[in-house]
Amino acid sequence: MSTPIPPAIELCSLAKSFGELQVLRSIDLKVTQGEVVCIIGPSGSGKSTLLRCVNLLETPTGGQVLIDGIDITDPHSDIDEIRTRIGMVFQQFNLFPHLDVAGNLTIAQRRVLKRSRIESNDKAVSVLKRVGLSDKLHSYPRQLSGGQQQRVAIARALASDPEMMLFDEPTSALDPELVGEVLDVMRGLAEAGMTMLVVTHEMGFARRVADRVVFMDGGLIVEEGPPDQVIGDPQHERTKRFLEQVFER
Amino acid sequence: MTEGHVGVDGIRPPRQTAGMSKRRKAQLRRWAIYVATLVVIAVVVLSADWAKLQSVFLDPQIFRDLFPEIITIAAKNTVILAIFAFSGGLVLGLALALMRLSSVKPYRWAALAYIEFFRGIPALLTLILVGFVLPIALQVRIKQILPFLGDYGTPAVGLAIVAAAYLAETIRGGIEAVPKGQMEAARSLGMTNSQALRSIIIPQAFRVMIPPLTNEFVLLVKDTSLVFVLGVSASSQDLAFFSRAAVQDTLSGTPFIAAALIYLAITLPLTAVSRQLEKRSGDYTSGRKKRAAVAAAEANALEPGGIEPGNFGQAGMPGGNFR
Ligand SMILES: Nc1ncnc2c1ncn2[C@@H]1O[C@H](COP(=O)(O)OP(=O)(O)OP(=O)(O)O)[C@@H](O)[C@H]1O
Ligand SMILES: [Mg+2]
Repeated sequence: MSTPIPPAIELCSLAKSFGELQVLRSIDLKVTQGEVVCIIGPSGSGKSTLLRCVNLLETPTGGQVLIDGIDITDPHSDIDEIRTRIGMVFQQFNLFPHLDVAGNLTIAQRRVLKRSRIESNDKAVSVLKRVGLSDKLHSYPRQLSGGQQQRVAIARALASDPEMMLFDEPTSALDPELVGEVLDVMRGLAEAGMTMLVVTHEMGFARRVADRVVFMDGGLIVEEGPPDQVIGDPQHERTKRFLEQVFER
Repeated sequence: MTEGHVGVDGIRPPRQTAGMSKRRKAQLRRWAIYVATLVVIAVVVLSADWAKLQSVFLDPQIFRDLFPEIITIAAKNTVILAIFAFSGGLVLGLALALMRLSSVKPYRWAALAYIEFFRGIPALLTLILVGFVLPIALQVRIKQILPFLGDYGTPAVGLAIVAAAYLAETIRGGIEAVPKGQMEAARSLGMTNSQALRSIIIPQAFRVMIPPLTNEFVLLVKDTSLVFVLGVSASSQDLAFFSRAAVQDTLSGTPFIAAALIYLAITLPLTAVSRQLEKRSGDYTSGRKKRAAVAAAEANALEPGGIEPGNFGQAGMPGGNFR
């Protein structure tokens, strides 16, 4: 069945090598609009690399990346414009430490989207409310807890009104008691219909929020399907072994 | 994670004591040095001819006669020259630093050649090059190109060329000290490489660079003493030339002492302000370093370190290994 609307993200035989090291072998993956897909897998399996290929923070060495049907590996595509449609949230937050929260939330709106000062400020206030940090507009990143910083990072991505969001282990750098507040914000986004591609080790989150779970190992997608199937009743030996290790911890 | 914090913040874990004897030995050695220093000072003080020293180096009348010209002409010229040269050096140095970080090999080579050349030859020769060789060889006269700089033009350009070579390496270091994730975050928001450099990378780099930049400025203030090779008129004398001329006139060393005091009056406040700024941005820096330490501690996480020179993005500007 084909739909008239192209998938938000489509990876076709995506490959990536760093020199000799083949990190992604041949990845085929579609994320339709409004879908939440979680990627799980052992360390070094290429999850981050896959995610970074989606907005071309890494240049693929083979295959195609299509965003809304546009092949962004084509050198003629306008990658800077495409990136404004894709929000990205990093494990290490990567907030701009020399700018306060308002500055973090408005700089791309002003420089890239050319929004007015008033418009971008209003937007900053509204996305900050969305992540529950309305009172932090004039704080600097260093004055915030890890969980708050990550929520600001999510707000920063949202401020550009992206169509889809990429998350690379957004809670892995957080103290355990701060994980929940970030996952809550992400669940809110998912419920509001945001297209999301999430690399995570939070199996509870994947199970409750994802429409689909993808298990990766050795640069390949080993298994994918609904969360209850992949996490609850994995078919492949490697998936089973990985999940056993995760749940043992 | 905790260890990362401690290590990076510079609070080293207490070293294992190698027993009292080692500390005791160090203590004894320190005392020996104090005593020796005191003896040397005593010998100098006792054997010096203070009356003669004062008449040669601290003659109050000669000292007073140096004013106001030593301020209104000499110190003024030195400061203005240093400011012009520093500003020019900063702009040129930034361009060279970006070339050094470029993915385009010829840019990297050209910048490196420039830096090595002008750091390798004495500043005096560069001044001669700009003042005498360029006008003859290429018909290039700074005074015609930059008329608004007046008499300062040629010496300021000469000093700026030298300063740029040093500043380029300082600036490059500053840019490389900004964690890679900053460029990635900026680019992921749709900023172009140069937008990201301008609003994210360079502002952060300059904060790290306040102390070394101050240092370069102080060196430049002292380098203004070389511009006499370009010829000096009554109104264009710098502090060093002025005091030398005064020494010849008065046959006293007093003008040297006066000049030294004024150099210090220029440079000491600068280093004090720099230390203050450094302290104020310390909060910010330590926060970032802490986060960098967390990043480093995460197994296989991205290196928080600099931008890899080999990896630069398309426009020949520092970026990631992406376009
Ligand atoms: N820039 C790079 N240069 C060279 N090798 C790299 C680079 N980035 C990643 N790799 C290598 O690619 C492999 C996959 O890395 P990737 O970060 O995608 O794994 P991951 O699945 O995200 O792992 P983790 O769960 O630890 O984050 C690793 O072996 C890593 O060392
Ligand atoms: Mg990863």
